Amino acid sequence: MHIPDGFIDAKTSAGAAVVAAAGVGVALRRAGQLLDDKRVPLAGLTAAFIFAVQMLNFPVASGTSGHLLGGVLAAVLVGPAVGAVCVTVVLAVQSLLFADGGLSALGLNVLNMALVGLLGGWVVFRALRAVLPRAAGSVVVASGVAAGVGVAVAAIAFSFEYAIGGQGGASTATVTGAMVGTHVLIGIGEGVITALTVSAVLATRPDLVWGARDVPVPAPLATAASS
Amino acid sequence: MKRFLVAGLLVALALVVFVSPRASSQPDGLERVAIDHDFADAADDHALADLPTADYGDGGMGPSWAGVLGVGVTLAVTGGVLWLVRLRRPAVSPPSSPG
Repeated sequence: MHIPDGFIDAKTSAGAAVVAAAGVGVALRRAGQLLDDKRVPLAGLTAAFIFAVQMLNFPVASGTSGHLLGGVLAAVLVGPAVGAVCVTVVLAVQSLLFADGGLSALGLNVLNMALVGLLGGWVVFRALRAVLPRAAGSVVVASGVAAGVGVAVAAIAFSFEYAIGGQGGASTATVTGAMVGTHVLIGIGEGVITALTVSAVLATRPDLVWGARDVPVPAPLATAASS
Repeated sequence: MKRFLVAGLLVALALVVFVSPRASSQPDGLERVAIDHDFADAADDHALADLPTADYGDGGMGPSWAGVLGVGVTLAVTGGVLWLVRLRRPAVSPPSSPG
């Protein structure tokens, strides 16, 4: 859901850019405190992987496609602060290099996808982890559900922006209904892709999954983790 | 760790090289809503729409090469930015709860 220039007026776009910059600043500071040298390449890979999967649009309804957003996936793999930085870089590369997402709309897109959607999903992830058993399967389920919710949250954030500064003729109620409806479907795809990816990483290197750091690692994988 | 990183990078590259040309070309959720509710025309042309990379290679590069470029640039920029912020503060151990 990369917003092009022109959908949202200049003052709302500028306001979003200010809030997004502040949010990314907080994320960078926190990331700097939490990262060690080992995890920097992992974060780079997470961002690169999200970029790659965002290119893979899948059909969701007639005439409509969806693609991974990746905020919750990033947060579960490398933590929400580092994850927000990863998604921000992906969005910046997409806008600056591939004309996907407007330049003046970059603040809106970062706010919706790297910050609000990611955090909304992360809250759901933590809530589910708190009630589910402390096991790898719980991490997978929680990731999938949280990722789907995160997409809907991002869609709602867009609807707020449209309500404040939308430059289309349609009413906010209409746009909100359509956005949430479509993105619930896309969220199912997001949830499945996120769950599969988290599951794959947990099966090979569970020590590299931030959202599973408190889950006991099975012995054979613990040996692999020391390499 | 290195094996994992290399494997992950190969997966990302395989996805953009082999799968992206087969990705759906239907408009995504937001575009669809805009078309259906008559505000798609509100979109301004992108200032950088003339680059050969624009729209993931529609400008001339093709999606596979665009994908490889994007994966590489994203990897480098993310790693670079995080490495720089990492230098500014020493690492502290993460808390033991999933926070």
